[in-house]
Amino acid sequence: MTELPKEQKEFWRWQEYHRVRNDRNWKNKDVITAGVDVGSVGSKAAIMIDGEMYAWAVTRTGSNSPDSAKKVMGMVLEDTDLKQSDIQYTVGTGYGRVNVPMANKAITEIACHAKGANYIWGPSVRTILDVGGQDIKAIHCDETGRVTAFLMNDKCAAGTGRGMEVFADLLQIPIEDIGKVSLSVDEDPPPVSCTCVAFAKTEAIGLLRKGWTKEKVLAAYTRAMAIRMANLVNRVGLEKDFVITGGQSKNIGIVSRIETILGVKTLPSPNWREGGLDPMIAGAAGAALLGKALYLKSKGS
Amino acid sequence: MAITAGIDMGIQTVKVVILKDGAVVGRAKASSGFEPAKAAEQAFAEALQISKSSKEEVTQILATGSGMETAPYANGNVSMMGADAKAGVFLFPSARTIVDIGAEEARAVKCDERGIMQDFVVNERCAAGAGTFIEAMARALEVKLEDMGPLSLKAERASPINASCVIFGESDVVSLIHRQESKPEIARAVFDAMADRISSMVHRLGINLDVVVVGGVAKDVGFVDSLKRKLGIKILVPEYPEYVGALGAALTAASRVKVGQQ
Repeated sequence: MTELPKEQKEFWRWQEYHRVRNDRNWKNKDVITAGVDVGSVGSKAAIMIDGEMYAWAVTRTGSNSPDSAKKVMGMVLEDTDLKQSDIQYTVGTGYGRVNVPMANKAITEIACHAKGANYIWGPSVRTILDVGGQDIKAIHCDETGRVTAFLMNDKCAAGTGRGMEVFADLLQIPIEDIGKVSLSVDEDPPPVSCTCVAFAKTEAIGLLRKGWTKEKVLAAYTRAMAIRMANLVNRVGLEKDFVITGGQSKNIGIVSRIETILGVKTLPSPNWREGGLDPMIAGAAGAALLGKALYLKSKGS
Repeated sequence: MAITAGIDMGIQTVKVVILKDGAVVGRAKASSGFEPAKAAEQAFAEALQISKSSKEEVTQILATGSGMETAPYANGNVSMMGADAKAGVFLFPSARTIVDIGAEEARAVKCDERGIMQDFVVNERCAAGAGTFIEAMARALEVKLEDMGPLSLKAERASPINASCVIFGESDVVSLIHRQESKPEIARAVFDAMADRISSMVHRLGINLDVVVVGGVAKDVGFVDSLKRKLGIKILVPEYPEYVGALGAALTAASRVKVGQQ
């Protein structure tokens, strides 16, 4: 986390929040499990009661994975009547999965995202594009949410959430608006030619100096990144239904461009701002679900 | 009594070399900035002044570097690999591999004893394999670029960082500083990561001794130390490594003049 002077706005900073679904009747409470997804940029936690999402939280990952896991677990328990000790089984996942102190087991985020996408969108999901902070993954799964194939790029910031944060800061546009802003141009300009985020930054500065508007530069960059993500999906093979998870699923500029490039609509995401499930918590949700299965197995039922 | 010049239009710095009868008589550089052609004119004037010659005396001027098309005064161009090979063998007759690492690009060039390029490998797609990487990491570490090398030499081990990407590397360095990792160890990790990438480029050509390292990054003792360790061979570094491209252009200009006179 870059420390910035107080007066400088942190355009990359996205919303951290937690939510409890108290609108439902959580009577039985036979199995309470948690999934903790410590990503490179965001940490997410989900609590499930009998395999149904009860509460979740999303926060920024700090410089230390165990602390980030504890922080997001504390957030998810807030406003619930549960305590840490009420949780019967916890699965850690994500980049920092081996450093989740409260976890009974660590499972790769690929398995968790497939399971979580199956939970959020249903059994028709076959292809998942997960755009995380520092990697992008294209995953294939069957109707039970089991992974059948995947491809991943974790060597390069191009197309990742971190790369988007860098651009939000460079163009001084709040990260939550970049999708909308990138779509405000009449027509997409040619994509930036540099894939490398460091070089693309230089190229963008050159374009701004040439008189391009911020919106146009952002559109050119977003388009280049969408092409990169779409290529990964094409390489793993696109099979319907298709969904996008991870932080960039909230970037409408990315989602709509990927849909255009691939010629396929994504299943619409639930509206997380109005209480719907957040596509960013797919990994944590999948972890909590896999936790339930592991817990029941350990009890021999 | 031929005077020739080479202009290397680099992404970050423009370099000019004036050559007289096979010896360098003037060299100057200027930051490319937003008007690289102007920067080249400045550097050219300065190099001329140092060489105590006038522009009219310069019979042939060749340009090289990624912005070679925009070079002022030039009669023609020389490829960057061709310039590297020519100057590398001129400086070290035993040189058969020239590794040139600039701000945004890195190359390994294989050449013969006449300084003629035979094969090459280039990285121009990723900032993690070029000088920009060190600059970005120096910024994240809040260390002056020129202090990175000496700092790294104090380390006994390298910190674990994600060095596959400049952007990820920056985030990692910030986390490592929060965790109070020592700056020398982080600096060492930066150079080791760069050396890893460069050495795999060199290996793709096959190790052809002697290996000469040139370009702005060759001035960095930290990088050269890491590369030596990584390759496990002796590495030659000329006195003015950042001028090698311009020197190659000036040398090529001189041989064209000679051919023209015959």
